[in-house]
Amino acid sequence: MDWSPIWLTLKLAAATTAILLLIGLPLAYWLSKGRSFIKIILDALIAMPLVLPPSVLGFYLLLAFSPQHGIGHWLQHNLNIQFVFSFPGLVLASVIYSLPFMIGPIKSALQQLPLSLSQASYTLGKSEFETFRRVLLPNIRPSLLTAIVLTFAHTLGEFGVVLMIGGNIPNVTRVASIAIYDAVENMDYASANNYSLVLFSLTFIIVIAVFIFNKHSAKSPLE
Amino acid sequence: MIVINIEKKMRTYKGYEQLKVDSWLPANSITKISGPSGAGKTTLLKIIGGLILPEKGKVSFDGQLWLDTGQKFVLPPQKRNIGFVFQHYALFPNMTVLQHLQYATNDAAWIDRLLHFGKLETLVKHKPEFLSGGQQQRLAILRALAIKPRLLLMDEPFSALDYDMRSELIRDLYSIIKELDASCIIVSHNPNEIEHMATHHIKIGY
Repeated sequence: MDWSPIWLTLKLAAATTAILLLIGLPLAYWLSKGRSFIKIILDALIAMPLVLPPSVLGFYLLLAFSPQHGIGHWLQHNLNIQFVFSFPGLVLASVIYSLPFMIGPIKSALQQLPLSLSQASYTLGKSEFETFRRVLLPNIRPSLLTAIVLTFAHTLGEFGVVLMIGGNIPNVTRVASIAIYDAVENMDYASANNYSLVLFSLTFIIVIAVFIFNKHSAKSPLE
Repeated sequence: MIVINIEKKMRTYKGYEQLKVDSWLPANSITKISGPSGAGKTTLLKIIGGLILPEKGKVSFDGQLWLDTGQKFVLPPQKRNIGFVFQHYALFPNMTVLQHLQYATNDAAWIDRLLHFGKLETLVKHKPEFLSGGQQQRLAILRALAIKPRLLLMDEPFSALDYDMRSELIRDLYSIIKELDASCIIVSHNPNEIEHMATHHIKIGY
């Protein structure tokens, strides 16, 4: 069995989760505070990957980052960066595609915390950042873990969007889900089964681990 | 001296109501705020603390401007040096009793004194969920005192305490407020609770 699609998938999921954690925490915090028209629009945009066919998102990303057009052309000629049919392209597509899985649980958990927790911290002289780090973040730990795991697990299973922007290049963009599709196309059911079993087991172990970790807070990872 | 002159539109179950307060309180005073439910007692306390903004008004403390909507000036709560006791305590679920006080101050001797004052010395490692209602309320008072505030704002601070504990705590609190040279504003429903200790009284909503 060729393990490279599995390693590539894990690398993609880890990179996507790490980037989304960095982007997701401040973004979810900002979105959780009050409502404005801009926030409603942004909320809707972030939720789009949940309802949009992955091929639609992949198609627009392909157009946007194609070296012949707009941003893709500019990136290729000025910075020598190519997103289409490359690993960075897969990461970019996954970050956009998995954004709601990171933002959703964190934002919802922050909104459920009483406002008086932050207010109490402010009256003790603590800044907004320190309040976030020492009061809010520790109190949404189960939801934060849920967000990380959902993002990671969701990226493991991506297919449409990565196929559109990354294609099927061995060791570069051929992730496990594409390797399964490719194996089935070639009637190689044994390889397809091996990859499927690894993906299934990995995802199952991760989800079980979250259930165990969150058992005291009586929350399912999907809450 | 505390000068409060504010107007705030409040949404109530009867529609919108206007909270209007125009008072001044001398330094080191202990003021009781009373009024019917929904009159805006908590809102007033939070406006003084800088946690809610009124539509119009001014608040100043000992000559320092805290709020002036005309000049669009708001001093953030972090810079007001206020101790705030929230009605529902607002304790941090992730912190133990000791961590609550250490979050507020580095003064270990002061923390020890506060723990003794609140009779929580034996519960330092307990998180709020393992404390009784009365213990949680005492912790909320200790946390507010931990920063040695210039002004102590308390929203129904003794409601969960039994009679004996309440009398003792009020007596000790009085001496701590005097020692800190602080002023204090207390929202209270109970007509007799702090009657002998309060030097001033603001009635709202009557």
